[in-house]
Amino acid sequence: MSYFIESLRQLTGLKPAKPQWEALPVEVRVVYDEKRREKLTKEQLRALEERHAAASHRHKWRNRRWATLVAVNLLFVVSYQLDIQLLEGALTAARFVGFHLADLNAALQVMLAYKHVVLNLIIGTVTVAVLWWLLGGRTFCSWVCPYHLLAEWAEALHLKLAEKKWVKDVQFHRFVRPVLYLIFVLLALATGYTIFETLSPTGIASRALIYGPGLALLWVLALLAFEVFVSRRAWCRYVCPIGITYGIVGTLSPLRVQYSMQSCHYEGDCRKVCLVPHVLDVTIRGRARGLTTDIGADCTRCGLCVDVCPTSSLSFKIKGLDKAL
Amino acid sequence: MTEKAKVKPGRRPVSAKRREQSRREFLRSSALAAGMVGISLLGLVPLIGHSNARLRPPGALKDRLEEQELLAACIKCGQCVQVCPVEAILLADLTDGVGIGVPYIEARDQACDFSCDGLQCVLACPTGALTHDINYPAEARMGFARLSRPDACLAARGEGFKGQARGPDFQGKLRYEDVDRWTPIRVADYPYDLPLCDLCVRQCPIEIRIAQCAAGTPPSGDPNQCPPRQAIRLEHSEDGRSAIPVVADGCVGCGVCEMICPVDPAAIVIDIDQSADWV
Repeated sequence: MSYFIESLRQLTGLKPAKPQWEALPVEVRVVYDEKRREKLTKEQLRALEERHAAASHRHKWRNRRWATLVAVNLLFVVSYQLDIQLLEGALTAARFVGFHLADLNAALQVMLAYKHVVLNLIIGTVTVAVLWWLLGGRTFCSWVCPYHLLAEWAEALHLKLAEKKWVKDVQFHRFVRPVLYLIFVLLALATGYTIFETLSPTGIASRALIYGPGLALLWVLALLAFEVFVSRRAWCRYVCPIGITYGIVGTLSPLRVQYSMQSCHYEGDCRKVCLVPHVLDVTIRGRARGLTTDIGADCTRCGLCVDVCPTSSLSFKIKGLDKAL
Repeated sequence: MTEKAKVKPGRRPVSAKRREQSRREFLRSSALAAGMVGISLLGLVPLIGHSNARLRPPGALKDRLEEQELLAACIKCGQCVQVCPVEAILLADLTDGVGIGVPYIEARDQACDFSCDGLQCVLACPTGALTHDINYPAEARMGFARLSRPDACLAARGEGFKGQARGPDFQGKLRYEDVDRWTPIRVADYPYDLPLCDLCVRQCPIEIRIAQCAAGTPPSGDPNQCPPRQAIRLEHSEDGRSAIPVVADGCVGCGVCEMICPVDPAAIVIDIDQSADWV
């Protein structure tokens, strides 16, 4: 229950809750006390990091994720170009070997604007909701959304420029995203048009891949330019309602990234690579609420933190499965 | 000191610098939100004067130029595009604003010739933006044909037509039953030799359906679609040397006449603000 509420808090832009020292479980306090007494030296830490950087599995999850993202989007393209009718449509709505799928946010916009729902749309929406409930909710963002991949490359460029001090990451309040979410919902309802779909780089990029490029790609380029030169990952962090929709599904998902506080040395590498670093605030000294803490549902399960953590303190977990096995 | 007095007891005092930072963050965050809302509302601009109204696929939820229901119900996935055997359906670009990703047809380049028989685009539509209320081509109300340039019409001038209807480079396709019942071929691969041009009547999918019904061979052997009302006919002059195409209330506005018309620009076009139910 606390996971659910904490996830919703973070999705609505609030700061992650800071637990009081006295409220922490005894075993957690013992570990924190032990670590305070026996800190690793700088040399030890550096050796740890270097060993990890040289490890062969350094980009394991990123590589798997990129492969998945490219494969899913290619399947759409190939399915149409070769007319094999495996995955028809685009990311907003599709049919997988004839079975309906509908993007939850696109379906929501249509339902609010049109105010009628046909059975096929209900089937598609429920199927996709169940699918992403099992797979982690915002997993959609990092494992499927084509804009995410483009934005990841733009982010790498942004970080390179920032390192040279040519650009500076302008940050906004995360409250903007839930506010915009509400505005897009109300706009669809009030105007009777799917206002957000005009802007959605996910829909635009997906259609451009499948049906060929158009002027709409200029908008995607403008967003990428904004992210390179002004604000790191701005669209995903501060604007995209699709992330919130899938985030809400993810609050109930069994697939999570889990933080194990015993092996953590607080290097903070995980927060540096994260798209939504606030979800990793539990990795700050004194924030873990148990020996293991599940990362909130705003997490896209991209696995960058799992890859970067030199002590394997972050890992993918399916809740309930460890008990079942 | 007055600044400090405002701080609630129990909370750490906030420095002036910190407060200035959060004020700025609030301002630029508001600007970001306002900017996004502003840009998204630009999508409504093409609605002014219905400038994004277009010839839509069969079953599209629209009433003359009013396309609100279509634009609202369409989930912009393009499944209709994928099933069309003649690839008549295109998706609108950003210039259509909120109509982005909504299907339309450029009749002069590639009209809908109903060669799928069963309205595949309607069946493919996951949201009912192309309404499932229609079952047969004759029930579609896409627009209405109009002889826009009667003096250019070959039939009206008493001229025949010989050769490829739209020239050798034209990519448009039609299904010719006498060539292949299932696969549409390029119009350029089907040269004509007509003593008096009657292409718009000859290729009209509704007229073809009427003939099929009369022959007792309607598509899929489904007699429920028989016979559709007449869509277009040639009215001959008294001397019989020329004729004029007359559009009748069976016309669904599919655009095949506009596509096949050999004169440039076409002598017959589709009006999207008209339909058999409204004229």
